[in-house]
Amino acid sequence: MTREIHFRDALREAMSDEMRRDERVFLIGEEVAEYDGAYKVSKGMLEEFGPRRIIDTPISETGFAGLGIGAAMMGLRPIVEFMSWSFSLVCADQILNNAPKMLYMSGGQFGCPIVFRGNDGAGGQLGSTHSWCVESLYANVPGMKIIIPSNPYDAKGLLTSAIQADDPVFCLESERMLSMAGDVPEESYTIPIGKAHIVRPGTDCTIVSFGRAVHFCMEAVETLAKEGIDCEVIDGRSIKPLDIDTIVASVRKTNRCVVVDQSWSFASVGSEVAAEVHRMCFDDLDNHVYRVHSDDVPAPYAWNLEQEMLPNAHKICQAVRGVTYTA
Amino acid sequence: MTTTTMPKTDQVTTPSTAQTPLPDADTLRKWLRDMMLIREFEVRSMQAYQNKLAGGFLHVYNGQEAVAVGCIGALRPDDPVITAYRDHGHALARGMDPKVGMAELFGRIGGCAKGKGGSMHFFDAEHHMYGGHGIVGAQAPLGAGLAFATKYRDEVMGSSKNNHVTLCFMGDGAINQGAVHEAMNLAAVLSLPVIFIVENNFYAMGTAIDRSTAAAGHICDRAAGYEMESAVVDGMDVLEVYRGMKPLVDYCRETSKPVFVDMRCYRFKGHSMSDPRKYRTHDEEAKWELEDPIERLAAHLQGAGGVTAEDTKAMAKTVRQEIRAAVDWAKQSPEPPIEELYHDVYVDRWGPYTGTSVPSFMQRRSSDREQTNDA
Repeated sequence: MTREIHFRDALREAMSDEMRRDERVFLIGEEVAEYDGAYKVSKGMLEEFGPRRIIDTPISETGFAGLGIGAAMMGLRPIVEFMSWSFSLVCADQILNNAPKMLYMSGGQFGCPIVFRGNDGAGGQLGSTHSWCVESLYANVPGMKIIIPSNPYDAKGLLTSAIQADDPVFCLESERMLSMAGDVPEESYTIPIGKAHIVRPGTDCTIVSFGRAVHFCMEAVETLAKEGIDCEVIDGRSIKPLDIDTIVASVRKTNRCVVVDQSWSFASVGSEVAAEVHRMCFDDLDNHVYRVHSDDVPAPYAWNLEQEMLPNAHKICQAVRGVTYTA
Repeated sequence: MTTTTMPKTDQVTTPSTAQTPLPDADTLRKWLRDMMLIREFEVRSMQAYQNKLAGGFLHVYNGQEAVAVGCIGALRPDDPVITAYRDHGHALARGMDPKVGMAELFGRIGGCAKGKGGSMHFFDAEHHMYGGHGIVGAQAPLGAGLAFATKYRDEVMGSSKNNHVTLCFMGDGAINQGAVHEAMNLAAVLSLPVIFIVENNFYAMGTAIDRSTAAAGHICDRAAGYEMESAVVDGMDVLEVYRGMKPLVDYCRETSKPVFVDMRCYRFKGHSMSDPRKYRTHDEEAKWELEDPIERLAAHLQGAGGVTAEDTKAMAKTVRQEIRAAVDWAKQSPEPPIEELYHDVYVDRWGPYTGTSVPSFMQRRSSDREQTNDA
C-alpha cells in the first residue's frame, strides 16, 4: 500500500522498521530522543523504543561516533545521526580511520556494521562551516559505502539496506529535501546499494547526478526538451559502490555525458565519474565529459551568492548545450 | 639536555588494598610466567626488528608488564579489553598465542590479523581483545562503545545479565586528547561499565608529563571533573595492581559506573625503536630498573615460599623456549598471498574499488569481481 509521505518520514520508517525487526539496531546522536530530532527525523521514536535504544548525546561527535563504532565491533547495529555532516569533520578520525578500516586491520575479525546519517550539502544560507558536501572528501576512503537518496522512496529503501548491511554506510541526506513529499510503500523494502536508477530515459545526452542535485537536473531537462535536446538522467543513488555499468551503458547510447556533483570539482565524485566514462567509453564519446560542481569557493551566506555557487539548472543547461554542440 | 624532575604527585592510594585477598599460588606463578613471556616476547621482537624481520614501528612493553597482567588478572576471561599501540603485553596477557603475535610482527599470514594490522593493531576476537589502536586516544570512545554494547545486550537484548567490565588502556600522552575526554564524559553520562586505565609512564613519546599536562601530578582530578571514581596505583608491582584493580572492577561491575586509574609505571625502553631516550637520565632509568616488576614478583614468591630461585630459572627457560618456538613458527609462516590485499575491505563481496588509477590486474568490472569471489 503506497501513500505520499515526506522524506523525513521515509527515513524514520526505515529506522523504525529495522528497529522492530532487529533489536541490535539503536539510534544515537544529538537531540534524537527528547527533542524528537533536530529535524524531526526521529519524531516519536523515543516514545516507541524507549531511552535505551533512542539515545541523546552531548555535543561530542568524536565521543558518540566512536561509541557507535565500538558497539558495532561487538555486533550491535548502531545508527549514528549527525545533525549535519559538516559536524562529522570534528570526528573524522573515528569515521575514516576506525569505522572503515577495522575489518581490515583486524584481519577480518571485527567488522563495523554501522550507519552514519545526516544532512549533507547546503541547507540554505548556513554559511561556510555548515554547508559541507562531504561526498568527495569521504569517497576517497576504502572500506565504507556511501548512499545519497534523492527522494522519499529511495530514502526508505536505501536506508533500510544500509541498516541491514554488514559494512559501514554513510547516508547523505539534505535538509532541503526533508519536507519533500513522495509516494512510499507502507511495507518495508530495500533498494540495493550500488545500483543507479534511470530517472528519465533520453537519447541525446546522459546526465549523471546524485542526491539533491538530481532535482536541478530534472529542472534543466524540461528546458532542454523544449530546445529539442532529449536527456537521459541517471540518479546514482549510491556513490560507493558507484554503478559505473549503468552509466557506461547509457553513455554508449547517447555518446555524451554531463556529471552534476554538488561537491567541489577537484578530486571529486564528478571527476571520478568523468575519468571512468572517458576510459570505458573512449570510442563512444562525441565530446569530452562536462562537469557541473559547486564553485571552488567557501559557501557564502548571501542567498544570491549561494544560489550562484551551487549547481543549478542554468549551469546544467549550459553544460548540456556545450557537450551536444548546441550552445 | 633538559633535566626533567618528576612532578609532585598524588600518593599511591589504592583503595581497599588490605581487604583484597590475593589469588592462589598457582595464579601468582602464572602471572610471573605471563610477565616473563611478555618480556621475552619483547626482547625477541626487538631483535627481529633489528634483523629486519619486523618493519614499521615497534613499541615494546618492557617494564610495564605488571599493568597488563595485573589488570587483566582482575577480569573475567570474557570481559573486553582495548588498548593503544603498545599492545603486545595486553594481547599476550589476554591469552593470545605468542606465535600469532610474532607472525603479525613479521607480516605473515599466520599473524593475528593475517599480517595486515602489524605491531600496533593486535586483535584477538577469541580472547576478547579489541585491539591495538594506532591513533593516540582514539580507542577511548571505542572502549566506551564496547561497554555500551555489553550493557545494551544485558538490558535490551534479553540475554542473561553478564555485567561485563571493559578495560580501556591508554598512555599518559592520551589524556590531553579530546577523544579521551569525550569518552569519559559519555561514560559518565550514560553510566557505562568501563575502566579507563592510564599507563602513566611519565613520558608522551619524548615529552615529560609536566611539560605536556597541566596539573601533571594529579591526573585523577580530571576524573573528578566527571564525578568518576579514581585511584592511583603502583603499576610496577603486579600484586599492587591486582589489589588496586580488583575492587574497582567489582565496583564497576556492580554499579555500571566508569572508573579512572592513574597507573604509575615506567617503560624501560624508548618510545619506539628509533628513540635514543635523550630526554631522560641514566640515573632515572637505573632507579626505575630497580623496580622491575618481574623481579619483584619473583622475590615475593621466593619470600613467601613455594617457589625457589631454581623454579624461577626453570620458568624463564621454558618461556625462552616458547618464544623461540614462536619466532621459528612465525618465520615459517608464509607471507600473505597477494589476494589477501583485497580481502576484508568489505564484509560484502563488493571488493575494493576498481577504477582507472589502479594496477591493470585490478581493473575488473564489479560484475567480474563478483564472479571471481563466487568461485
